[in-house]
Amino acid sequence: MSERGFDIRRQTGFNTIAVFCFVMLYLPIILLVVYSFNAGTSIAIWEGFSWRWYVSAWDNEKVQAATFRSLIIACAASMIATSAAVLAALATTRTRPWRGQMLVFALVNQPLMVPEIVTAVALLIFFAIIKVATGYTGLWYLIVAHAAFCIPFAYMPIRARLQGMDLSLEQAGADLYGTPFKVFCRVTLPQLWPAILAGSMLSFVISLDDVVITEFVKSAGQDTLPTYMLGQLRRVITPEINAISTVLLAISILMVSGFFLLSRSKK
Amino acid sequence: MIQIDNITKIFGTGAESVAALDDVSVTINSNEFFTLLGPSGCGKTTLLRVIAGFIAPTGGQVSLDGEDLLSKPPYTRPVNTVFQSYALFPHLTVRQNIAFGLEMLGRPKTEVSSTVDEMLSLVQMTQMADRKTSEISGGQQQRVALARALAPRPKVLLLDEPLSALDFKLRKEMQLELKRLQSETGITFVFVTHDQAEALTMSDRIAVMSAGTIRQIGNPRDIYDHPAERFVADFIGDTNFLEAELLSIEDDMARIRLAGGAETFARTVEGESRDSGAVTIATRPEHATLAASGEGLLSGTICEVVYLGTDTHYHVDLDCGARFVVRSQNQPDQAQDRKAGEQVDVVIASGIGQVLRD
Repeated sequence: MSERGFDIRRQTGFNTIAVFCFVMLYLPIILLVVYSFNAGTSIAIWEGFSWRWYVSAWDNEKVQAATFRSLIIACAASMIATSAAVLAALATTRTRPWRGQMLVFALVNQPLMVPEIVTAVALLIFFAIIKVATGYTGLWYLIVAHAAFCIPFAYMPIRARLQGMDLSLEQAGADLYGTPFKVFCRVTLPQLWPAILAGSMLSFVISLDDVVITEFVKSAGQDTLPTYMLGQLRRVITPEINAISTVLLAISILMVSGFFLLSRSKK
Repeated sequence: MIQIDNITKIFGTGAESVAALDDVSVTINSNEFFTLLGPSGCGKTTLLRVIAGFIAPTGGQVSLDGEDLLSKPPYTRPVNTVFQSYALFPHLTVRQNIAFGLEMLGRPKTEVSSTVDEMLSLVQMTQMADRKTSEISGGQQQRVALARALAPRPKVLLLDEPLSALDFKLRKEMQLELKRLQSETGITFVFVTHDQAEALTMSDRIAVMSAGTIRQIGNPRDIYDHPAERFVADFIGDTNFLEAELLSIEDDMARIRLAGGAETFARTVEGESRDSGAVTIATRPEHATLAASGEGLLSGTICEVVYLGTDTHYHVDLDCGARFVVRSQNQPDQAQDRKAGEQVDVVIASGIGQVLRD
């Protein structure tokens, strides 16, 4: 096959471009991680190895509060998003084709296509109206907003799994006297759980990472970890930011690896 | 008893619509091993899925022991299916798979476990009870699928080409096994296959299907010895087709004149209305013999001799231009006495050929 076809890897300059891209992508991240262990206060001059910025971030009450808030929002939002995504995926794969099915598919995936800043401004205005009307200023605005843009990320792996699943399994369940609800619980769900877990992990990471929508929607004193970091950048930058980023990176890598393992398994 | 009346199923709409089932009516008796036989795309699986409840027909009626089936969802029909892909639940063990139907019916635990044990021994899978279904072979999966479908004691068992994934030897074994299970349980089996040998081996009755319609229903011997029309004769076994002229009908026998002028009798299909004109006669290769030139109905020249171990096929070019194959069983002491190029006559006993419907 390689003898006849066009092999991009053999073209001049391909390796150079590839190496350049990887360096541009990962060198900054590697530097960020390296300088999180800097003993000095600079994020650019190496003064020896130390855990001091991790300790400092750990002891910082503002970081603690922001982290706690981020985790609550990410947990709640990913759970809501995953539940909605399961229902949406069932409705778009396990029913007879119905009018408007493609439209719904597009609507569910809307957050992927609408510019985030537009969603952010729209939510800001919309929630402002509700805040005036109800006086409620709690965390739920953020949770609802995060859940909304997490839905497509949870929806996609679940839908893919449902589409890949042998329909005859559910037919066999029905054939063996299982009502639709029992078949869902006893046949569909056990097959689906890796995708559900994968979807919720992906939406957890997406929520944890969000800046734009959070920045617009949050009320005073509702910093999440990313918006807290953004705020810090306006002041003196210390390797503490690197340390927090490194921890976030580690969590993301863990979650995304889990996502890929779960999406792959039991094929 | 399953009563199927005027079932029609049309897939698609407008100009692209296809009738997968075209006004099919058939009665399947209780405790019967009934086979739907036909090439792929003939509608046999569609008919099975209509009975199971996975496909709603465009028109017609299906009842089981006088009770309407079509108004019921699949999970209330006393009908179980053995799927072509087996469709075993991959997250459950062999035992849990077999217990599934009984648990869904809400049977007490003791009854479930005793019935499952009984089923396991019926299909000889007791040793494998606690394995995952991915850890057993294809033949074993087949047995589990069968046990799972039999466990709730359905009135009817539907089998959708369950043996097609097995190798030849295992398939032969399972054919006899299925036949044994059917007579032991007394459950009505409706079996779908495209394999004519399989159908002939196992069935009490066979319905031969083509293009969404049933072409002929009968027991294996009927179907093989008395094919009613060209499609059936051609699809099941090997057949010689001869053109002939119908002279008259006498006591349900047709007096015919073969090309070459010889006159003989052939059987007719029930309800034959013609009494003259050109007809086609079907004759099985083993129902004819060879004789010396001048002694038979049709004269010709042997053009090929094919030795097949148990028997020999003589391909004869008839003087009228048609090709005729004669199958003769080999005997241990018999020298192969006829050679290619030899002038011979083909002998068909009177009343053996079959006049086919148009």
